[in-house]
Amino acid sequence: MAKNKEIILDPLFNNNPIAVQVLGICSALAVTTKLETSIVMSLAVIAVMMGSNIAVAAIRKFIPPSIRIIVQLTIIASLVIVTDQILKAFVYDISKQLSVFVGLIITNCIVMGRAEAFAMQNGAKASAADALGNGFGYSIVLLVVGFFRELFGSGKLLGMSVFPLVNEGGWYQPNGLMVLAPGAFFLIGIFIWILRWRRPELVTAD
Amino acid sequence: MEELLSLFVKAVFVENMALAFFLGMCSFLAVSKKVETAMGLGTAVVFVLVVTTPLNNLIYNGFLKEGALAWVHPSFATINLDFLNFLTFIATIAATVQVVEMTLDRFMPGLYNALGVFLPLIAVNCAILGSSLFMVERDYGLVESTVFGMGSGVGFLLAIVALAAIREKMRYSNVPPALRGLGITFIVTGLMSIAFMAFAGIQL
Repeated sequence: MAKNKEIILDPLFNNNPIAVQVLGICSALAVTTKLETSIVMSLAVIAVMMGSNIAVAAIRKFIPPSIRIIVQLTIIASLVIVTDQILKAFVYDISKQLSVFVGLIITNCIVMGRAEAFAMQNGAKASAADALGNGFGYSIVLLVVGFFRELFGSGKLLGMSVFPLVNEGGWYQPNGLMVLAPGAFFLIGIFIWILRWRRPELVTAD
Repeated sequence: MEELLSLFVKAVFVENMALAFFLGMCSFLAVSKKVETAMGLGTAVVFVLVVTTPLNNLIYNGFLKEGALAWVHPSFATINLDFLNFLTFIATIAATVQVVEMTLDRFMPGLYNALGVFLPLIAVNCAILGSSLFMVERDYGLVESTVFGMGSGVGFLLAIVALAAIREKMRYSNVPPALRGLGITFIVTGLMSIAFMAFAGIQL
């Protein structure tokens, strides 16, 4: 059990999928304009990754190495279709806001990367733990970025006003940069900076 | 004709795949250390996009869309296979990449060796799948989707080559140790993205 705990906790900071392994960045940037979409996206990715890691680990001995990519893609794509249908059925508004990015979970390198790097070599239980750990590592970055972008970009959190805006009679002048693309790049850059400053062993040469 | 031209310009600059929609970020950051390899990857992306976007358009309009199967038999007119979008698109893309890989291996071994591991990686480049999904969402026709695929590919090529050039120069600057590598790349990309936002005001 101690090993599984390690597998779950390691990807949170030491081996964070986004900041250290450089995986799954597209969606991390695109869906984080609001905290709400970040949360839904994190849950969707964790669900898909759990499913795909367990499924790949369970049949790993029967997959011929030459066609493993297409097998993994088919498993992931089917899981994403299910997730997409569930999101459309229960949280239609958010699903509209996420637009193409739910579909892009298929090509999210975290899911593929973990299936390829971990689930192909390990049993179903350890793979589930690995999926959970990496899912949480991904969610942490998403939630932090989503939190700051929504708070400073529109003065709200989960749609509730935190900083009253100037044009609604308050004092906060919203920072438009945050909701646009560059704001996301800067925030993730700063997140990586802080993480590597706290943990110098992660610094890369180039 | 004019419409198509403006669609192209819009896809290259205003709605740049990498800098405005964050698509294809993984390879964008990983393969932008040298201009030469960036150029190779960019070219491969343009090629695969030009092939797969119209191909997926045909498949979507001929098989998957609601009522699309009416040409097989009139009673199939109510069938809606919309939900198979993702699976079909990714299969088309993976197959196309495989074909491109084999063709290059046979006819252009030099380019094939230069692209090396990037070619199979294109199958999981979100820019490719994203472009097909945008095509469905915006309801493009066959010609439009070819132009759109071409435009997004060229936009990606432009962005990745520009970033690689900046990173080559940056090797001579004194970046704080913790920010080196990935961190500074993100911030540079952010600055580039601000520059590209200037195009957003253009009305075409």
